[in-house]
Amino acid sequence: MTVTDDSTTRVLGTRLLRKEDPALLTGESVFTNDMKIPGALYMAVLRSPYAHARITSIDTSAAAALPGVRAVYTGADLADTWAAPMPCAWPVTEDMLNPPHHPLAVDKVHYVGDGVAVVIAENDTVAHDAIDLIDVQYDPLEAVTDLEDALSDRVVVHEDLGTNSSYTWNLLVEEEDGAVQRAFDDAAYTVSERYVQQRLIPMAMEPRAVAAVPQPFGGDVTLYTATQIPHVLKVMASVTLGIPEHQLRVVAPAVGGGFGAKLDVYAEELLCLALAQRHGVPVRWNETRSENSVATIQGRGQIQHVELAADADGKLTAVRVRLTADMGGYLQLITPGIPILGAFLYAGVYDLPKAYDFSCTGVFTTLTPTDAYRGAGRPEATYAIERSMDALAREMGVDPLELRRRNFIATEKYPYEAFTGLVYDSGDHDKAATIAADLVDYDGFRARQAEQNVDGATKRLGIGLSSYFEMCGLAPSRVLASLAYSAGGWEAATVRVLPTSKVQVVTGTSPHGQGHETAWSMIVADKLGIDPADVDVLHSDTAIAPLGMDTYGSRSLPVGGVAVGMACDKVVDKAKQIAAHQLEASVDDLEFSGGVFRVAGSPDTEVPLAAIAFAAFTAHDLPDGLEPNLEAQVTYDPPNFSWPFGTHMCTVEVDTETGEIDVLQYVAVDDCGVQVNPNIVEGQVHGGVVQGMAQALYEGAHYDTDGNLQTSTLADYLMPAASDVPAITIGTSVTPSPTNSLGVKGVGEAGTIGSASTVINAVVDALAGLGVTDITMPASPNTVWDAISAARSS
Amino acid sequence: MEITVTVNGTEHTHDVEPRTLLVQYIREHVGLTGTNIGCDTSSCGACSIHLNGEAVKSCTVLAVQADGQEVRTIEGMADADGTLHPMQQAFMENHGLQCGYCTPGMVMAATSLLEENPNPTEDDVRLGLEGNLCRCTGYHNIVKSVLAAASANA
Repeated sequence: MTVTDDSTTRVLGTRLLRKEDPALLTGESVFTNDMKIPGALYMAVLRSPYAHARITSIDTSAAAALPGVRAVYTGADLADTWAAPMPCAWPVTEDMLNPPHHPLAVDKVHYVGDGVAVVIAENDTVAHDAIDLIDVQYDPLEAVTDLEDALSDRVVVHEDLGTNSSYTWNLLVEEEDGAVQRAFDDAAYTVSERYVQQRLIPMAMEPRAVAAVPQPFGGDVTLYTATQIPHVLKVMASVTLGIPEHQLRVVAPAVGGGFGAKLDVYAEELLCLALAQRHGVPVRWNETRSENSVATIQGRGQIQHVELAADADGKLTAVRVRLTADMGGYLQLITPGIPILGAFLYAGVYDLPKAYDFSCTGVFTTLTPTDAYRGAGRPEATYAIERSMDALAREMGVDPLELRRRNFIATEKYPYEAFTGLVYDSGDHDKAATIAADLVDYDGFRARQAEQNVDGATKRLGIGLSSYFEMCGLAPSRVLASLAYSAGGWEAATVRVLPTSKVQVVTGTSPHGQGHETAWSMIVADKLGIDPADVDVLHSDTAIAPLGMDTYGSRSLPVGGVAVGMACDKVVDKAKQIAAHQLEASVDDLEFSGGVFRVAGSPDTEVPLAAIAFAAFTAHDLPDGLEPNLEAQVTYDPPNFSWPFGTHMCTVEVDTETGEIDVLQYVAVDDCGVQVNPNIVEGQVHGGVVQGMAQALYEGAHYDTDGNLQTSTLADYLMPAASDVPAITIGTSVTPSPTNSLGVKGVGEAGTIGSASTVINAVVDALAGLGVTDITMPASPNTVWDAISAARSS
Repeated sequence: MEITVTVNGTEHTHDVEPRTLLVQYIREHVGLTGTNIGCDTSSCGACSIHLNGEAVKSCTVLAVQADGQEVRTIEGMADADGTLHPMQQAFMENHGLQCGYCTPGMVMAATSLLEENPNPTEDDVRLGLEGNLCRCTGYHNIVKSVLAAASANA
């Protein structure tokens, strides 16, 4: 253990290079499909080519006869295998309708991509050859691809339910009855907007991959899978398959991005487990990209009606929201809860009185199920309020930045109890907006815009902004209970000082690009006064890290990282007792800094943590009653969400003759509290911003009216390349969170939450002089050109 | 068909099906899994390698076409003593990777880009890497990494 002066061991806040990188940069990292598993059979899944159809017959004989094929199974063949249906862990209302969902469809398919049969064969190529030989006869039914059509129940997707509406979830907050309607009746200004959140395909660069490896004797089985949630998956898979939980181990090897799409329990994970157990050999499956587009969940898929009421100064007096949310063909793990996560953010960062009326109806369609996608409900909410704020500013004829300033929750009101009863921990919205405005030269740009956007100008400038909260750090378990979520929101950490004073950290978070090994090492390094290189972070294996709630919802640092810090504190507390014993001093007289215990007022009387660690290991001379070894475990349930906030601004030039949008500058000020490693923070923001910009400008899962995905490959789905996006300018603001001892908040989703609305606000701003008030996403040149033409002709 | 391919300086001879893609050959026959597969339409670039010194997407080449040729993969970039290639080092220093799945292909494409154009502008880098997709970084730090590698070379 290196023990140096405090001033040289302070690691938090530095741009320490990542521990993860050498293995990833040299090809040494092992992703699930890189694993060499002797004797493994490969699974391929035959998927429905119809969005909605009855299966009338399946003939598997030709496939089964293909050399190299071990077995072929249909949904009916495996019907007895499942101890329970595939899980939905978020029954948002008591009367929510949830159709039975099994890893393979039996009588009926409900989206293109629904699994119908599987082959296991001695290699991947044979398995894929074989599924082409399975003959399935379908009786096609009408597809349901439009949300408003789905609501009408013209065609009911799951006949037994009698309706396509899964649930309606309401949140009405009124100071007294009728407050919302009165606010609208009395308002000086109102706006009423309709927005469409198109479906998005998450497109983590690593498609999913699964390998189930049974032990030859005793029934133990290990599931290797490209997942964000090994711990949650272990519980769910054991319930679904009836595997005793203690005999199931789940490992997430190197995982190539998740973005929410790997926060799920998937049919292929359950199928590989079931078939590995049935055949007593490892069974693995590698998803192709085209499969990924239909068989992995999609994000967004909402129609939003938003109404704002404001007084004569533009201060918001009420907000009313009506959502229709596309569930897809089935409910996946947390499908119904995604729009509900946004329900608390439709007033954004504004000081709204208790006059809020939110309602969301989740409906079934015959499309791929939706679920969490980076931001999960919160980018949609932010988009709606921030576009509506711009609409209100236009209505009033005031500058949109000025309108926001009139409505910001004042910094001195923090911690701030919002209209929903949630308490926002800390914020300084004016500061974030001012930093962004300075970086983009807001006033200067407005002046240039006024000069350039004259009548007849074909290249028009626009500036957009978005101020937002990222309600994250999921989450206080009691709050999750009140939202009917089926699990808690705690996180576990163990910190273990080894006899030679190197440190092992066991975390329940499950990183897939976020750099937890580096960041957790930095927290430990500062807490224990050691070199971060002396810390090893173990994760993503339920045999090594048995307790955890995994990585999603920007929770890992404000819950899991804080737990690591708390475990360090517990280690120090225990070490202090041993140090006091050795130094024959009172525990209360000891100080700990830079890895050394000293007696206050007697600086020469000291003992390093390294010596304590060894003493704890030998246990030759410990205080009476103290257990050997230096290790502490913490399970931390956060008392609050964390509330990162910020302002994004973007300038664009729009060519009115071609509809092309040139993003000139993008500025992001994301205040996520104390920054453990600014490199990682900025990297998260860069990636998040581009993902939101991608929704605004490029991406959309486009279906035809028969429910066929038209954008099922990366040749058709416009995921942006480096040449499609600008550099991002980052502005820094640090407002510590009072919720936790590190002062940290999450940052994983902030970039995405702020950016789609920022970009579209800029485009609408550029074209407002032509009468354009709305641009649907993605704002392709065609869409922009159509909007300009429509405005001109009206 | 029997083919002989030099991969990272070592000759390999294997019997392969004619339909085997070079990326499958590298991963499954040679056993080097640093080269990743991210799509099935030659769109993502995750499988970029060097064929006779030039970056290609190894899913667009049949293994039999590489018979008698020289292949370099990500495993052949660092020195035997573990010293990273300057491009790998630049990615590390500039936080040019997060999940790391696109990274091997990105590094191979970027080194090839600098061979062709040792002093690229930011726009040159963005255009030069348009065949390689990344979902994590927003490309900002990838571009920064490549520019840093270029100026370290200068």
